[in-house]
Order: sequence, then C-alpha cells, then structure tokens
Amino acid sequence: MNDLHDTRRLNADVDRIETEPYYEPVGAEVALFEAAWASRVPVLLKGPTGCGKTRFVEHMAWRLARPLVTVSCHDDLTASDLVGRYLIVDSETVWVDGPLARAVRSGSLCYLDEIVEARKDTTVVIHPLADSRRILPMEKRGELLRAPDEFMLILSYNPGYQSVLKELKHSTRQRFVAIEFDYPRADLEARIVVAETGIDGSMAERLVKFAAMTRNLKGSGLDEGASTRLLVHAAQLMQRGVAPRDACAAAISLALSDDPEMLAAIDELASAVF
Amino acid sequence: MNESRYSQSELEEKLDDILCAALSSRRSAAAVAAGIAPLSRAQQEFVLDWAQVAAQNAAELGYQFSAQAPQALTLFGRSGAEKWLLRALDAYDKEGLYPACAALKDLNGFKRASDAAGEGVALAEVKRVLELFLLGLAGRRLQLEAAEDTWTDTETIFLPVRIAHYPERARNFRLYKAIAVHHWAQARYGTFNLDLPAVLAGYAAPERALAWLNLLEAIRLENQSGRAFPGFSALFAGLRPALSASLAAAREQLSCAGASIADSVRLLREHYPLALPEPFPYMGSLRPERAAEVRGERIAKERRALYTELTQLRLAAQAERRDPQTGEPDLDVESSFETLDFELQIDGEAVAPPEEVARLMRSIIQDFGEIPEEYLLASGPGAYAADSLPEEESGGSGETRASGGRLYDEWDFRRRDYRKDWCVLFESEVPQGDAAYVAAVRARYAGQITQLRRRFEALRGEDRLMRRQQEGDDIDFDAVVEAYAERKSGIEPSERLFVQRRRSDRNIAVMFMVDMSGSTKGWINACEREALVLLCEALEALGDRYAIYGFSGWTRKRCEIYRIKTFGESYGDAVRCRIAGVEPRDYTRMGVAIRHLTGILNEVDAKTRILFTLSDGKPDDFHDGYRGDYGIEDTRQALIEARQSGIHPFCVTIDEEARDYLPHMYGPASWVLIDDAGQLPLKTAEVYRRLTS
Repeated sequence: MNDLHDTRRLNADVDRIETEPYYEPVGAEVALFEAAWASRVPVLLKGPTGCGKTRFVEHMAWRLARPLVTVSCHDDLTASDLVGRYLIVDSETVWVDGPLARAVRSGSLCYLDEIVEARKDTTVVIHPLADSRRILPMEKRGELLRAPDEFMLILSYNPGYQSVLKELKHSTRQRFVAIEFDYPRADLEARIVVAETGIDGSMAERLVKFAAMTRNLKGSGLDEGASTRLLVHAAQLMQRGVAPRDACAAAISLALSDDPEMLAAIDELASAVF
Repeated sequence: MNESRYSQSELEEKLDDILCAALSSRRSAAAVAAGIAPLSRAQQEFVLDWAQVAAQNAAELGYQFSAQAPQALTLFGRSGAEKWLLRALDAYDKEGLYPACAALKDLNGFKRASDAAGEGVALAEVKRVLELFLLGLAGRRLQLEAAEDTWTDTETIFLPVRIAHYPERARNFRLYKAIAVHHWAQARYGTFNLDLPAVLAGYAAPERALAWLNLLEAIRLENQSGRAFPGFSALFAGLRPALSASLAAAREQLSCAGASIADSVRLLREHYPLALPEPFPYMGSLRPERAAEVRGERIAKERRALYTELTQLRLAAQAERRDPQTGEPDLDVESSFETLDFELQIDGEAVAPPEEVARLMRSIIQDFGEIPEEYLLASGPGAYAADSLPEEESGGSGETRASGGRLYDEWDFRRRDYRKDWCVLFESEVPQGDAAYVAAVRARYAGQITQLRRRFEALRGEDRLMRRQQEGDDIDFDAVVEAYAERKSGIEPSERLFVQRRRSDRNIAVMFMVDMSGSTKGWINACEREALVLLCEALEALGDRYAIYGFSGWTRKRCEIYRIKTFGESYGDAVRCRIAGVEPRDYTRMGVAIRHLTGILNEVDAKTRILFTLSDGKPDDFHDGYRGDYGIEDTRQALIEARQSGIHPFCVTIDEEARDYLPHMYGPASWVLIDDAGQLPLKTAEVYRRLTS
C-alpha cells in the first residue's frame, strides 16, 4: 500500500524491484507488454479489481529491469500532484518533482492505477506523454521533459463501474494499447492461490469454486464477484488456522456486500463447498 | 380511566353506519353487535376501527370481520387478529372478495398457520436468499414459487408456502434449502435429459415406476451433487432416513463419477417390484412432460441466441483476418460437464468470449453435458447476412413492457402496511407540441432570462483559490513575504504558505416532477410550461444535470409517467417540443410517481440528488379512495422512502390550502407556496437557485 502515499512523499525514490514478483501468465499479455515497451507505446490495462493487474505491472518492471513508480489515483489527484510543485525550504523556493516527472527522468515504468478516479485535468499531462511526442510539459518550471526510450506509461481501468462519470474518454483510451484482464481460468486460479499462500491444492480448488459461484451473482445484487485477491486473503487466513467458513465470511463475503440477505446467500454457497 | 363499554344498542348504531352497504332487511347489525357487546371497551374500539378499515375496501369484508372478530380476539389476541385481517385484505387485493371472505372465515386454518409460525419458515422470508443462492450455484436464474405440490419444470421450482416440519427454525430452513438444491440438481445433473414418458410407458403401473425413479434419482443426485459440493452430502444425509440394504446397493452404482439418468432407469427395472419406501422429506414429484416442454423451449431459445452471438464473433474474427477469402473462421469448443468450464477457440486460438456467450454456453452444457457440435456450425455460406438472423426472442421483460407497466406498492395508512403491487405504472413520452412555443416564451421573457442565466452562472462550480494553506499547488507569496518578515523580527512564522485550487464541484442531479393532472387546465398549465422553459434556460447556464417528467393517472390501474426530458438528453428541439406538449390529463396519484422517479433519480451518480415537484394541489385520484388522508399519507410515505435513499425532496405549489398538508408531507423547510400562478415561472427558478446555493 506504499503507493497510496507516493504523491505525498515527493522525494521518495523510485521503486526498484529486486526479486521476481510471482505472476502466472494467462494469455499473451507478457509478450504484448514487451512489444509495446519496445515500440514505446503506452499500455492500458482493463479488468475487474483484484485480478492481478498491479502484480502484472510489478512483474513486467522486474522482467524489463526498469524501476517502477506507482500512483494510486483518487478523486483529489491533480496534474500538479503528478508533475511536481514548488516547496519552500529555508526561505527559498525549491522545485520538487512529482511521481510522473521522476518516472520520466529516470526512465521508469509509471503505473497510474485506476486512472478514472483522478481529476480530469490530469489528462493534460498524460496526453502528450502518451502519443508520439512523449513529452511532459512542466508549465510552472517552464521546462519540457522528453521521455527516454525506457520510459513507459501504464494506466489501469476497471470497466465494471457502471457510472457515467467514471468512463475513460476516447481521446485518452485511443492513445493506448489495451490489454484485457479477467479472473484466471479455474485451474490457473487455484494454482495462483496455492503459489501465493502454500495452501493445499484441494482447498484452493474449493475456494475457486466458491469464487465462481459468487461471480454468478454479479449484476444481481453484487457489483463484483470475489476477486483472486480475496481468495488469496481467505487462503492466508486458513493457513493461520482460521476455519474455512469463517475465513470465507471474513475475507470474501463481508468484502463483497453489506446486504444481509446477500450475505446469507453467499454463506450458504460457502457451506456447499466447505 | 376505565371508560365503560358500549351498550349493544350503541354498537348497533355505529355498525349500521360502518356496514350499511352490507346490511339488508334480512341481515341486520344486531347479531354482530350482540357478539361485540361483551368485549372490553378497548376491544370494542379495536373491532370498530378495523371494521371501518375493512369496510372501506368492501362493506362485506367489514361485516365478516366484525362478525368473526370476537372469536378471533379470543383465539389470537389483538395483534394476531390484526394479522388475520391483514391476510384477508391481502387476499382481497390479489384475488377478490370471495377468497378474502373465505380467509376471514377460516379461523382454524389461520390458527394452525400462526401456531406453526413460531418456528416455521415462510417462503416469502427466505425466497430472496434462496434465489440468490441458486443463482450463484447454477449460474442461471431459477425462480422459486409457492405451490401445493413440490416439483420443478427446470426453470421454476415450486415449493411449499411455509415449512414447519421441525420444531427448530434453522432445520426448517435447511429443509427449504434441501428442496431447492434437490430440484436444482435435477436440472444440473440431467434428470430430464432422457425421454422419461417413453421409459415409463414400458411399465404396467407408470405412476409407481415414476415414484421409484424419483427415489433412485434422489439418491443419484445426492451423490452427484455431493461430489462437487461436499456440503450437500451432509445436508441431504441429515434430512433423510437411513437407506435400506437394497437402496444402499443402488447407491453404490449411482455414486460413481458420471452416473446419469440412464443408470437410474436401468436400476428402476430391478427395484420396480419391491415395496416403495417413504419418499425423503425434500423430494417433490417428477413431472417429466412439463419439464421436457420447458427444457425444450429453453434449448430452442438458447440455440437461437447462441447462434446470433457466435455469428457476431465469426464476423469479428473474419474482419480481423488479413485475407478474408480463406473461408469461414473455424469454431471449436472444449467443455467439461463437471465444472461447466469451457474453452472457445476460433481458428485454433483461444478467445475469451463475451459474458453473454459464456452464460449461454454454461446453460447449454447443463442441458446436454457438452456444446453439441452442430451448435457451432454456421449454417452454410451466406448465413451471416444480418437479415437471415433469427428474430430476437421477446423475453419475459419485453412482454411485461408491451402489456404495460411496472407494479408498485402503495402505503395504506389505515393498515399501517403496504398494499403489494397495487399500482400499475406506465411510462411514455409526452407527444410533441408546437415547435415555436419555446421560442415565443424565450422572446417574452428575454430580459429575465438573461438575468437568470447570469445569476445562475455565478453559482457554477468555479475554481476557488484557497489562500494560506498548509499545502497546495502553488506558493502564496503574500504569506511567504509575511513569514519572512516575521522571522526577521523574531516571531515564529506561520507554516501556511500555499494556495490551493479547490474546485467546488456542484455535482447535483435534479428531477423535476410536473403535475399534469386535469386540475392544472388552463392558466396553471400555461404557467407550468413557462416555468419549465425558464428552468431549462437557467439550468443550462448552471450545468446541473436535470430531467423532467410529468405525472398523472386514472385509478391505481393506470398511473402515468410522461417523459419530457431524461437525464441523458440535451435541451434540444425534441425536448422543447415536448415542453410545449405538456397538457392537463387526469388525476394526481403522487405516491407511485414519486416511487418511480426516485428509482430513476437514484441511478444517476451525483453527490446531491433533488426531487423537485411542481404541483397545484394535494394528491388526488378517482374512485378508489386515494382522495384525502389516504393519498396524503401514501405520498408522505413515498417521500420518506425517497429521503431514506438519499434524495432531497422539495415542492413548489400554488395551492392556497397547501399549508394544511404540505408541512406534514414534505417536512417543514422543504416546500414553497407561490400565491400567484403568474409568478410561477420566475419564482420556480429562483427557488431552485436558493435551494442549491
């Protein structure tokens, strides 16, 4: 969660990933990403929450041996949060780069997570970076940063939000190569849960079966079904000795809904597999 | 203060008033009054009050109620008697007078039901939970419906309206769940995937064969579902008796992986002559003909739907090809009946199918065990042509739309309960009126409109600079200079040295609900229309999202909502013509209109949601008792519901009597009375401005 505070810790260094983050490829996404990076084309990751987008980016940063700057976007995030601002130090004004500027200077991968949450004015700095110009205008400094070849911009976006306000504009999305993510196939998802938590295979399979049933409820009272991330949480609790049904309730059901009848229905589903 | 009870003659007089329509020369109130006379004063009042409520629905109900009330009070007590009457009133709403009277007379039946009610579980209480549970389980919707017999046609499961088999509530719920799972399993594990009527015809006593088959299937389904869902083994085993030796032997054969209905049919031959054991408590009956029919319809429908979807996939795949001449893209599917997983390949490459395709495929796998090969064939060259696609299925929702409207509950303050599905609401568009109308109004109000727009523009969410902030986008140089000076003179300088740009996002969505009842005819309607024009002009300047709907109606069976402008629409010619087309219609049934528009407004994502009503009087409707307190209370209830969902209701009216009822309906500060209809256009916009600034 350190990325949440990245914009505050303006002097924080870019993140270098030393050990390989575990990632299980689902399709051709690794090759696609590498090709996009080599062609200096930015990438848009689409997919529901908790299906592995962030992990994929970490994995790719490690693979390409580039530092990674992650910004979790929120509705108060402005362009100057990304680019940088003047601070006052000892009665002097000092310019401090924002995370995007740092990423450009250091030739990092810059990952803007859930970009639709950010203020609309952020597009002003994203657009020139995302097309063939590959520049970051820093208006306040009167500086124009040119991105080195290694720099790459990555956005993520969850098309599942049914809100008109949270749609990505076409002028933005058409600058990006899109990679679509979904929850992995059942056998793969079970393998991921095992690899992440060390839980035994049959328990992981049951968790995956349970998750699939909650995903059937999407649109009928649930906005999203259980994500792979939630399965990992539940498995972690179970590894620490929490009973499976309790772990499912705590890590999955209660995270999905507040509606008592929905919770009762999900609990009955859990009782079918555990 | 113990008031003395009413005498028999006093009671008779009161009952005569209440029940007059149900009395005749052969039926007087005397006998009824004699029954009530011995009761305490409080009980007498209770009977009289509720008799009045019942009689307002139908005089006969009032009569039956007061005649049975003394006995009901002894049997059920006061709150029980209230429930007993409400049940009858529900029956009246749904089925009519005779079933309602029958419900009142059936005191013993009600007693039995309410005795069991302590621990029993009603389907109504658990229906949603079970339906969600089944949806999660099956991935396709299974309806639950109360019925005498328990069975399934593979799309609806019919179950008892109430289960009170066991003393504990939890066990009764488990039985409901077991019934639901057992009947889901019939569809999931293919009980109807064979021609069962043909199988049964081979037996001398088909009924007996069916009962045996049902039992063998129950054993098979328990084991098949238990393989995938260990929880179900425990569920069923806990509810049924231990198996006899011969059935235990049958289980051996029915529990291996992939055991199908064919295995049950094979075992049927040897079990048929044996004595038939008691069915398990969660088993219903099998109705193979009905199930086959529904299954057949679904298969045909889904085949057509899948065909349409796959054709689109094919077209998309073909369009992506570099060389479109190489023939049709080749589709291939591998599926598993165990997990309902499948992999779709186009030209040998795995593709993630759209959600709709995935849903259809999973449903088809449940009916066939796989995706039949012929489902993937494009039926010959040229079959892609859009005009040769099968007609779109007119699904259930389409039908209700065609036959009319949506059902809404209505609040009956006398019952202190909702009348379920009481109002039928139809939504339609206002017919377009004179295209020149809006231009004429704009010309007439040109000066005022300019002023309005200017005042509204001032409200617009502009960037505000907040000075002297602890952090911000820019440096506040005044503050820095000051701090510098302070430090030089030895004072501790302030740390607030930044300016922050804060957007005051208005983020308001407003729904204008316009009275189109007959009473607005003439002058008032003209003023309303002008008010709408001015509102639109002002709101366009302001940038708030807004929608305009009119409402009217004629009895609960025809409540009307007229679209003038939806949230998505812009203020263009079509909207202008519709404003011109706003005309007085019928009555003012407000509650249902508020409920409907609340629903629409709640779909809009906004920080603040306002329901803004323009009206000329109190709620009113023809004939079915809406006029007066009933309508006011229903409207009030609808507004309370709206408020609970986060909406701010507000009302502008020109009814001079509004002071008597509006505070009660809308609350103290949520309404404005305009004395002169002529001021409506300008005042309304002004009221809105004040409301949102």
